[in-house]
Amino acid sequence: MKVSYKWLKQYLDLDMPAKDLAEKIERTAVEVDSVKVAEDGLKKLVVGHILSMKDHPESDHLHICSVDVGEDEPLQIVCGAPNVAAGQKVIVALPNSRIGGNVKIKRSKMRGVESSGMICALDEIGFSKDVVPKEWADGIYVFDDDVPVGEPIYHYLGMDDPIIDLDVTPNRGDMLSIIGTVHELAAIYDQQPEIKKPVVDEDATLDAQAEISATADSKLAKTYKLRVVEDVKIAPSPAWLQIILWNAGIRPINNVVDVTNYILLKYGQPLHSFDKDKINGNITVRNAAKGEKLTTLDEDNHELSTEDIVIADQDQPIALAGVMGGFNTQIDNDTQNVVIESAIFDSFHIRKTAQRHVLHTEASQRFERGINPDGVADALNEAVSLIKQLAGGKIAKGTITASDYHPELPVISITAERTNHVLGTSLKLDEIKAIFDRLGFSSITDGDQLQVTIPARRWDIHIDADLFEEVARIYGYDNLPATLPTGRQTIGVLTAAQRLQRAVRQILEGIGLTQAISYSLTTEEKAKMFLMQSSEPTQLLWPMTQDHTTLRMNLLSGLLDDVAYNHARKVDDVALYESGRVFYKDSADQVRPKEVEHIAGVITGNLTNPSWNNHVKAADFFLIKGMVNQFIVNLGIKGDISYTATDQYPEMHPGRTAEISIHGHDVGFVGQIHPQIAKKFKIKETYAFELDMQALIDLPKNDDQYQAVAKYPSIKRDISIIVDSEITNDQIVQLMQKRGGAYLHEIRLFDVYEGKNVPDGKKSMAYSLTYVNPRETLKDEVVNTAFEKIKKRLTADLNAEIR
Amino acid sequence: MSLRDKLSEIKEKGLADIDQANDLKKLNEIRVHLLGKKGPITAALRGIKELTPEERPEVGSYANKIRDAITEAVSNHREELETAQLNQQLATEKIDVTLPGKPVAQGQPHVIQQIIDQIVDLFLGMGYEVLTGPEVEEDKYNFEMMNLPKNHPARDMQDTFYLSREILMRTQTSPMQARALEKHDFSEGPLKMISPGIVYRRDTDDPTHSHQFHQVEGLVIDEHITMADLKGTLITMAQNIFGDKFDIRLRPSYFPFTEPSVEVDVTCFNCMGKGCDVCKHTGWIEVLGAGMVHPNVLKMAGVDSDVYGGFAFGVGPDRFAMLRYGVDDIRDFYLNDVRFLNQFSKRGN
Repeated sequence: MKVSYKWLKQYLDLDMPAKDLAEKIERTAVEVDSVKVAEDGLKKLVVGHILSMKDHPESDHLHICSVDVGEDEPLQIVCGAPNVAAGQKVIVALPNSRIGGNVKIKRSKMRGVESSGMICALDEIGFSKDVVPKEWADGIYVFDDDVPVGEPIYHYLGMDDPIIDLDVTPNRGDMLSIIGTVHELAAIYDQQPEIKKPVVDEDATLDAQAEISATADSKLAKTYKLRVVEDVKIAPSPAWLQIILWNAGIRPINNVVDVTNYILLKYGQPLHSFDKDKINGNITVRNAAKGEKLTTLDEDNHELSTEDIVIADQDQPIALAGVMGGFNTQIDNDTQNVVIESAIFDSFHIRKTAQRHVLHTEASQRFERGINPDGVADALNEAVSLIKQLAGGKIAKGTITASDYHPELPVISITAERTNHVLGTSLKLDEIKAIFDRLGFSSITDGDQLQVTIPARRWDIHIDADLFEEVARIYGYDNLPATLPTGRQTIGVLTAAQRLQRAVRQILEGIGLTQAISYSLTTEEKAKMFLMQSSEPTQLLWPMTQDHTTLRMNLLSGLLDDVAYNHARKVDDVALYESGRVFYKDSADQVRPKEVEHIAGVITGNLTNPSWNNHVKAADFFLIKGMVNQFIVNLGIKGDISYTATDQYPEMHPGRTAEISIHGHDVGFVGQIHPQIAKKFKIKETYAFELDMQALIDLPKNDDQYQAVAKYPSIKRDISIIVDSEITNDQIVQLMQKRGGAYLHEIRLFDVYEGKNVPDGKKSMAYSLTYVNPRETLKDEVVNTAFEKIKKRLTADLNAEIR
Repeated sequence: MSLRDKLSEIKEKGLADIDQANDLKKLNEIRVHLLGKKGPITAALRGIKELTPEERPEVGSYANKIRDAITEAVSNHREELETAQLNQQLATEKIDVTLPGKPVAQGQPHVIQQIIDQIVDLFLGMGYEVLTGPEVEEDKYNFEMMNLPKNHPARDMQDTFYLSREILMRTQTSPMQARALEKHDFSEGPLKMISPGIVYRRDTDDPTHSHQFHQVEGLVIDEHITMADLKGTLITMAQNIFGDKFDIRLRPSYFPFTEPSVEVDVTCFNCMGKGCDVCKHTGWIEVLGAGMVHPNVLKMAGVDSDVYGGFAFGVGPDRFAMLRYGVDDIRDFYLNDVRFLNQFSKRGN
């Protein structure tokens, strides 16, 4: 709501700068979007009087004007506006002036004729085209005759008025009006504004009841009132009214329509004016019938829904109630008799209608947020009086009331004790009462109780908590003490799962992965990749874009998007992890997916920068496997970690991917992204893992692990064997573990070799075996025996050749 | 020449030889020569038989002294030579210490994670528990139990991704208020919780909007919790997250689930309150919403609003991060350019 500071001053004694007033409003009532003075940035614009005018010899549309701008000599200004004429008082941009859009006007020549300045249209001096009256839309603006020549124009166009744009919260619909804002400021500044009741000068010979009749469904319109004014003369509104409207962002139309908009601004009560002679028979307020259509004032055609409220005559809808009037019954230049409507339409219906027809108007905005039931009649009365004043005519006696609503004013009882209990203040009851006095809420003290009567204009207040807010904001949030909660103590600790999730992040960062946070919503195709269990995708009903339609069922596709984003920006080395949720659904008709915590990582390129002494190797399977293994080891999960070759993930390299399990529980996979998938994502050779974090959280941990370090020396034996290429390291290690004897402590693979000196289809593997006896010094003979046994079994079981 | 004089002569010469030895090998030869069985002292002592029994001990003792003196001189000189040799070696080992060190792989927490951790740690210290809830939420918790019945106009403020009429992507972490209130047993103590998480809005992504972002919800409910406690808690948070010099101010606002409701501004990061373009010349920047929990929210969760009450607040870590570091595009947080992510490596703060 754009509020005119000048208008507020008609009711209140305010002399602070507009910026300070805005700050006060913001601190006490509602947010302020901006404070703007239209003349800011403009320079040397004055009222000029066109003394004479002749045609430009070199042009068929330019005119050469002699313009009195209050100086000794008139200026010669070339003007091409179609409506320019001698005798007009106009906006003159003097030489070296500044007009809208920060444009400087200089003395110039137009087709050989000197022009000392410019005669301006409203949009040229900063007016939005949306608010310029139609009559000035295609030409220059012409002042009333009484405007003094040579004076700066700003005052005469309302451009000197600071406009405070309020961002009114949904609960404060009352502030979508000047009167509401005045009440609010009166409370803030502790003033008593005088708001006069309108007096209507009715014509006793004309009876409204005889002119028109109306019926209304009170569920759709709690209040529905009409008045009739006859014999009006439609004309443009006087400048003062036009100024008020355009400063509020509303385009002036004519004296009748402008009055209804003026009342809307003043009371927050939307009105509508009909051309009475275009209405056929009785007016009814009803739901639209199926198939009904309406052309609104903006000449748009609407197929009406049975949920829309319409105003209809006996033939057809004539207005989309509370949103916009109909084209067929609008006021035009020939209108003589008008019907003015003042009503309260059901906010829910209006909201839906405005959304359905994408028609958010000043009226609909106010009906959605609520209307002061006590202002409906006043607004209507002031409107007809003002129409009579501006357009002449006779006001018919009486008001047609099809429905009426005057709710009982709520009385809310509060105590100082309870108020202070909620706010943390130490206010006395009379101090609280004084605040309600300022707000204009009448209140009665009854023992320790204060009975507060809520005026109809504050329909947002229902319960004591609402009153505590009124007290708090008028008392001032700055005056509130700042304390910390006291009372019963609580301990703040992370749960075991939360601690683990923190540890997870620290471990992964420690081994070189940076945390990414990607989008959970992705495409269906990506959502379905890297599936660790069978699941149906979860789709949004109305996605915003094609890129974000489906809930992810893996983290990796998001991380691959991240890698692609980096590659596209010439960053080749990427090492990221993400901890987040995936969303699984057992069947397509299950609506709500199960949310499972996952953790995933990707590496591509180098983990560290190559440097003068850092000769790096690009990431490979064994680097990421080492990372993932160290990660799982660090979590201290009980049981062995095993890796089994898998080709079950279509998005992973079939020969370079391992299923990871811990103590027999599958927890995820590690491997190389399938080259085709990498190509699709436009990424380089990339290695990845994804783990079921929830499983890692749930698996039992080695909470109390400790083993004394062996006091006795260990003995090492190295063994080098040649085996078939098909034999896996796991097979060899498992055999050695099984046959290695009680003292075999550690098996470390230190070399793998295929090629020269090793027959085709064979490979050489070299292991270092460590033997320890924790209870006594090992004897060489014992180790030799154990070692010989391993050799024998390797030869026998795996056909190994010992080298 | 007496035996004693002979020994003295051996000593003088020996010490001079030791002193002149310029490498360890030579020194060792001298030592072996002087003190060995074939050395001059041993040879000289063969003459001891010619002395009287009375003179013998005195000369023997003198000889031992000479041996000791030589041993000591050798040892001292060896140390000198060793030091010189080491120094010489060190001189050859000199390196350019300004050459860069060997790179070590080190990942970083996401900047938003850092802010969330900071907030969580602060509130853990004040006795809050950390609760997390589902990202796919029921309309009931996300809206209805937050005092936003169907058709409430304030629902328009939050465009929502729906999965069905009743199931949606949570638009706020506030549903955790209702979930926590429903579960909490007030006979065990007050409810003090903080709930970080991802939320979703049906928005078009642009520099200031993201369809996915983070929130941290805070909630305290007990018998004597005041709005002054809310103010004090928020000041504590602002000063811990942003710094001691930061102040806050409360402004009236509207949320259906709190009454009174406030927006909270913090001293402008850019100008520290003087007024600049960033804060539209107010000196303040809006950072979060808060208020006293609406009695309807308590009632709907089965909590007696006559006995219990308290405050709630919702913080946007994305906004905090943008303000604190001057990040001007929220999408940067979710696109994960590693050059962006790796800048926020200040873990100790």
